[in-house]
Amino acid sequence: MSADVVVLGAGLSGLTAALRLAEGGLRTVLVAQGVGATHLAPPTIDVLGYDPELVESPAQALPAFAAAHADHPYARISAETVAAGIGWFRDKVPGLGYVGSLDENLLVPTAVGAAKPTAIVPEAMAAGDLRSGGRFVFVGLRAFKSFYPAYLAENLCRAKLSSGATVEARGIQLNDPGQEPDVTCMEYARQFERPEFRKAVTSELLPQLQAEEKVGFPSVLGLDDHRAVWQELQDVLQRPVFEVPSLPPSVPGIRLFRALRKALRSAGGRLVLGPVAVGAETSNGTVDALVVQASANRPTTYAAKWFVLATGGFATGAIDLDSFGEVRETVLGLPVAGVPDVEALRFSPGYFEDHPMARAGLAVDEHLRPVDADGNPAFGNVYAVGAVLGGAEPWREHSGNGLAIATGFAAASEILEGAS
Amino acid sequence: METMELVRGSLDHCVKCTICETFCPVSNVTPLFPGPKYVGPQAERLRTGEGSPDASLDYCSACGICTFVCPQGVKVAEINAKARAAMKAEHGVPLRDRLIARTTLMGKLGTPVAPVANWFFGNQPLRRLVEKTVKVHHEAPMPRYAGRTFQSWARSHTPLQDAAHAVVLFHGCNINYFEPKLGEMAVAVLEHNGLRVLIPPQECCGLPLQSNGLFDDARSYIRKLTQSFLPYANRGYEVLAMSTSCGLMLKREAREMLDLQDDEDLKTVSAHTYDICEFLLALHDHGELKTDFKPLPMTVTYHPPCQLMGHWMGKPALDLFALIPELKVEETDAECCGMAGTYGLKAEKYDIAMAVGAPVFQQVKDVRPDLVASDGETCRWQIQKATGVESVHPVEVLYKAYGLGG
Repeated sequence: MSADVVVLGAGLSGLTAALRLAEGGLRTVLVAQGVGATHLAPPTIDVLGYDPELVESPAQALPAFAAAHADHPYARISAETVAAGIGWFRDKVPGLGYVGSLDENLLVPTAVGAAKPTAIVPEAMAAGDLRSGGRFVFVGLRAFKSFYPAYLAENLCRAKLSSGATVEARGIQLNDPGQEPDVTCMEYARQFERPEFRKAVTSELLPQLQAEEKVGFPSVLGLDDHRAVWQELQDVLQRPVFEVPSLPPSVPGIRLFRALRKALRSAGGRLVLGPVAVGAETSNGTVDALVVQASANRPTTYAAKWFVLATGGFATGAIDLDSFGEVRETVLGLPVAGVPDVEALRFSPGYFEDHPMARAGLAVDEHLRPVDADGNPAFGNVYAVGAVLGGAEPWREHSGNGLAIATGFAAASEILEGAS
Repeated sequence: METMELVRGSLDHCVKCTICETFCPVSNVTPLFPGPKYVGPQAERLRTGEGSPDASLDYCSACGICTFVCPQGVKVAEINAKARAAMKAEHGVPLRDRLIARTTLMGKLGTPVAPVANWFFGNQPLRRLVEKTVKVHHEAPMPRYAGRTFQSWARSHTPLQDAAHAVVLFHGCNINYFEPKLGEMAVAVLEHNGLRVLIPPQECCGLPLQSNGLFDDARSYIRKLTQSFLPYANRGYEVLAMSTSCGLMLKREAREMLDLQDDEDLKTVSAHTYDICEFLLALHDHGELKTDFKPLPMTVTYHPPCQLMGHWMGKPALDLFALIPELKVEETDAECCGMAGTYGLKAEKYDIAMAVGAPVFQQVKDVRPDLVASDGETCRWQIQKATGVESVHPVEVLYKAYGLGG
């Protein structure tokens, strides 16, 4: 196979890069072993939430954050590029109605009742913004085992808001129709697309609601007809309704994946799922072709002018730590930066403590090309985006999806510039 | 590596992310199947040689989407197929499954008496009797016998003489007994591109037997088919599969599911096996595909079969369609048509198969295309029966666009 660009990895960073490249007129192939983290994580776009204190404005905080973290991917791209990438992304998935901006972080509740800072969220999550305080009610579903409204509400009442506003929250557990003792989020999403089910839910819920309450559901309000489902619930309940991101799999994340996949297809991009990347053909400091193992007993090559590595980090096997303590990037054998010495502290005993190894990943130049120890690009035509980049701690910074979109967008922009 | 290790060992890579469960077309429509992760990597740990702890395994349609979407490389569908075969070996395989899994036999029996056979399968009172006795649903789609075989046509067909390159056609049972015309179109498309097409005698690949848990019989069929193609593969000829599921059997499934990972002959044939559209697209990549397509002002809804996705090569038919002027192509959004080989024929699974396929049928009805194109024959039967829209192999669209039909 041959193309202009091959993007490796189908998570948010890979989908972002591939979509921008395809829309830019390049023949783009996205190759991935399987589906990425969109199916697991909420589609809230966290750009910068903690530094280490709560960040109220990512736009204001980013320049200082980048200056203080020289190894961080945000130190490789400008705050303007981050903003341009997020803005571009919003426009590409109009069906999800993203709201918010980099100027102010929203604070939305999580399934365990934490107040999570995030920059932009799908419209159906926006009414959960806690910053102005107010009265919230969280709705549990009879057989949904990943969402406990009383627990959520109790924790949320303890949340201290910098604005000084107070949150009043309570939970309601519904006895919605059905016999199965354990119903998945996917099944509830389908149930919510049935008018009879919505009627049963609203009939049971409406008499229990109090004035001025905003109503939070687990994020299972429909899949394909989500917008109509959400709007009808607001109309019938006569109160703002919002989704709270719940445990994986992520129904709202699946909506995002489908929207991006459809956009990629419309833009003429190709998606090849299944094969395992096993290496590359290289010459004179460039990668000529990606080599993958598909179903037949032979290697398949994808030749291209540019390659984007969007393979993820340790969790996806893109970066591997073996039992001898060796760390390697598994597709191209690129140098991994930020690996603590064998004698130094690599992991801490406590799960939530700082683990130096967690920041290991690819170091890149200002064009997002992976570099060797001397700072020279390993290959002239290879770019790296998303979680494979080192120097970040997305779970601590609340920066994961923002990094994915910003770096995916930036690398694609670099390639498009080089192509024109 | 031992197949057992390759397949069963992969379950240790399962991180319980549930991505497979969000895609599973069966568990998404019925509580009878609790999902691929549950019956696969999870239940597999409890299968200790004393049988499966869970009979719901039988409701897996073997579409393979779970393996295809897994980001960790877990062989979910393969684990399930092997466990189901073990379960069936223990409890016995119903007569129905033994019958519908033998396509070569069904083809040989039906072809000489095609009018009678076609009348029989189209006769609703008789079909209800069949449903009562052998549990094949009376509404399930049935192919029509052509009354002749593709092999008989091939024997009287003279291949291109002065071609620079030769390929082997793996036409499969469907073309041999039900759609010989499609085989002729494939030969015409390949010859139009200057290729000499060789059509050695060939029988079933064993896939229907495999998916019905009859592994020993499946193994003897795939070994025999391997020998049919081996001499050509050894000479470097490409083997072009017209049936996407049978092609996948040669490429990967037989090796992984039937403990044939170390079969050197099969590995050689696998290395040379291509889906026909995959091959034509590769020709195009090398600038060797003729692109003298005439405008084809029509709308085609394209449905990529689950087994096509299992080739891990994307959707080459879509890329070929993009070369045809004025052809409007819309791809189906839903992953599966429900048929999954012989699954949708079975009386107890027919309703599930129809529920799985419902979004595909609805999209076809909404778009009202001139044609449906799909690489899998059972998908075509299913979609044509459910929507009434003529459903063809992508090669037939190329044949029309080349103007080869006259």
